Amino acid sequence: MTVSPAHAHEHPDFLRHHFNTPKQQFEAGKLGMWLFLATEVLLFGGLFVGYSVWRGNHPEMFKAGSIFLNTNLGAVNTAVLILSSITMAAAVTMAQRNKRGALMLFLSLTLAGAVTFLVIKYFEYTHKFHLGIYPGLKFYEKPAGDSHTLSGSLVNDAGGVDLVLVKGTGPLGQDVTVADTPEAEPTTVAPAAIGPAGLAQDALEPGDRPADDGHAEHLTHPLQDPHRPANVHMFFNIYYLMTGLHGVHVAAGIGVLTWLLIGAAKGRFSSAYFTPVDLGGLYWHVVDLIWIFLFPLFYLI
Amino acid sequence: MTTIDVTKPMPPEAGRPAEGTNYLNHTTGIKSWLLTMDHKRIGVMYLVSILTSFFLAGIFGLLIRTELIAPGHTIMDADAYNMMFTLHGAIMVFLVIIPSVPASLGNFVLPIMLGAKDVAFPRLNLFSYYLWVTGAIFAVAAIIFGGVDTGWTLYVPYSTTGTEMNGIIFLSMAVFVLGFSSIFTGLNFIVTIHRLRPPGMTWFKMPLFLWAIYATGIIQVMATPVIGITVLLLIVERAFGIGIFDASLGGDPILFQHFFWFYSHPAVYIMILPGMGIISELISVHSHKHIFGYRFIAFSSVAIALFGFIVWGHHMFVSSQSPLMNVLFSAITFSVSIPSAVKIFNWLATLYKGSISLNTPMLYALSFIFLFTIGGLTGLHLGTLATDIHLHDTYFVVAHFHYVMMGGAIIALIGGIHHWWPKITGRMYSEFWGRIACGLVFVGFNVTFFIQFVMGSKGMPRRYWDYTDKYMIYHVISTVGSYIMALGFFITAAYLIHSLFRGRKAPANPWGGRSLEWQCSSPPPAENFPEPPHVGDCYDFSVLEWDEEEQGYHWRHDIPHPVGEA
Repeated sequence: MTVSPAHAHEHPDFLRHHFNTPKQQFEAGKLGMWLFLATEVLLFGGLFVGYSVWRGNHPEMFKAGSIFLNTNLGAVNTAVLILSSITMAAAVTMAQRNKRGALMLFLSLTLAGAVTFLVIKYFEYTHKFHLGIYPGLKFYEKPAGDSHTLSGSLVNDAGGVDLVLVKGTGPLGQDVTVADTPEAEPTTVAPAAIGPAGLAQDALEPGDRPADDGHAEHLTHPLQDPHRPANVHMFFNIYYLMTGLHGVHVAAGIGVLTWLLIGAAKGRFSSAYFTPVDLGGLYWHVVDLIWIFLFPLFYLI
Repeated sequence: MTTIDVTKPMPPEAGRPAEGTNYLNHTTGIKSWLLTMDHKRIGVMYLVSILTSFFLAGIFGLLIRTELIAPGHTIMDADAYNMMFTLHGAIMVFLVIIPSVPASLGNFVLPIMLGAKDVAFPRLNLFSYYLWVTGAIFAVAAIIFGGVDTGWTLYVPYSTTGTEMNGIIFLSMAVFVLGFSSIFTGLNFIVTIHRLRPPGMTWFKMPLFLWAIYATGIIQVMATPVIGITVLLLIVERAFGIGIFDASLGGDPILFQHFFWFYSHPAVYIMILPGMGIISELISVHSHKHIFGYRFIAFSSVAIALFGFIVWGHHMFVSSQSPLMNVLFSAITFSVSIPSAVKIFNWLATLYKGSISLNTPMLYALSFIFLFTIGGLTGLHLGTLATDIHLHDTYFVVAHFHYVMMGGAIIALIGGIHHWWPKITGRMYSEFWGRIACGLVFVGFNVTFFIQFVMGSKGMPRRYWDYTDKYMIYHVISTVGSYIMALGFFITAAYLIHSLFRGRKAPANPWGGRSLEWQCSSPPPAENFPEPPHVGDCYDFSVLEWDEEEQGYHWRHDIPHPVGEA
């Protein structure tokens, strides 16, 4: 570790050996983070495309499903995340101004926002599970102790059978319920009640929308609605997938924010070196931004 | 840490490593390798791992060819055969070809060519290697837990129906993890090229290999997340049956194909672009002539990367895609041939009146031009709607993508390994055996795959375990060719390993290259450049001369060296 004395002042501790200047290191980190965020957007992009395809082919599914989401909780969560973005931006500024106490305060507030979001999300999920609105085919199972959830068969309004369910063993050895379509030829794909995506029927007339008649408000499970469209569980699948993947990113954000808070407590960040705070902030803003798209797509429209 | 002020050269003795130390021996012990953040060692670890996978998947390929030498049961039953071709494809694509050139040779030479001390994020670089290892472990787990027989494309409903085949979840996880390994490599290289170029290294002074790696990085970063989310959906679908791709539950199996090819077509260019970059170096260095059309080759790499994103539908001409989409995808597909042809013609123009040394790397480069041209031109048959209806899912397709993937990407990788072997290992291999082996691989490859064009256009479908007798002669020829090719590869492995122990010590510049890696010793010191390298025109070979005693090239005595040393 020999440092030529003439240049010693240019090489502070945080500067890694393969960079020449702090500026070069900062810019490399920033570009790397932006590229990483581009991959994150593309990762979610696949799901957003999936959402568009499913919604375009089966608008009735989304109509019937979305009324079961709690718009108030979604709105509160949106506000929480937007506020946490503001506090994060403030944290970056405080790091740049060498204000360690304020940096720790704003990081803590951001962290509190992230935790609050996940707590609210936890209650949303568990409430759904309590009502029997599960992801996957468990959706069609009768919840224990609930006598009025499913009345009799799974026959929907169109007279078609949604699914015949059989207990089986999943690929990982777990118990699952799988769809059995006994009438299908072994070599053909079972016909869907409405038709596979891409061959969807024309959009329903407004009056035909099964959940439009107002009586769905008091329902606790989509299957209680005899006028429900086929495969309404698909709405909840994509809901759980997209909000779940977003939730994983929020959880990762909690890890990042905690790490930043520890670093701030140790005094690692200063106006000369605030790269991790800046990059963590970028990540957090993108996580928030994704939610800002998810909220209207599921809760509002 | 030794620090270097790149703006003014330090005295030669300052910071120069002790004589005889290099990146291979400056620290020792298994930990110094497994936890290294040196891009050179990570590159070597990638190279060893990838070649091991290549050996394994190559054995699978030989078993497939052996099974197909005669109709009916030869050495395995139909189920084993289905798993075999799936594993051959999946391992070759995801574990070998996609990471091959960028992660191994790219890791090794990119920072040196650039004049940097390392990649921008060395820790991320090591992390992406271990992601690769994790992916490889998942792939092995897929074999152990029941195997996969869907073909490497994992098409639904093959991959979603049926309760056996538990390997699919593991293979999907392997693809997911390997995808992120690839993303981080690409991200690292893009940032390195943007931010770690030393003064004097402008974009248009970079070797063309770096342009190719840069274009590849763009695809890796922009396309791979989509396969990530696709296989994630597949895993969820398999494990919980949520019906995203299942038509009977309202899902859409065609959506899977769109998602899959949105990544996997650009991935084809992840595989071939770095190979093209290697060929640009090889052709110029071994012709001892300035590369022809530098900017055209550089921009054609970027053009291929961008075009690659908007042609995926040509894999789906018979998937009930609308005729309008088919026509559009077909038309755009043809446009990819323009930047590809730009490269080929520029390479040929470089060869013209060059002083060509038929060294082993050059023989591979010439093989590449020949094989890739056949592979590219037969791609036009498949991009044409009318002929594709006939040729779809036949051996014509198999032959086409082997000409591009193997005749292109793998041949370029092997050529690049030979070109940089002296730099990586500090040893020279046997030139005689190198040429023999290259000849065997070239002949064996063409015997194996050229006949498959004929067989496919006569109607032999791909992936079939059994066939009628009229196709037998083609299959026999193809199988014999695969044995010839295998012999070539085994000889290659033998003389390369032999050279590690008995090879002549390599000079710093055995081929007469001008790019910066040839300015440091063979093998390079741990810090790459004790003093900042002089950035010149990396294709101007007129300043070098052959030194008989050293058996290598060095700066001409009658021209003053820009840094003032010989």
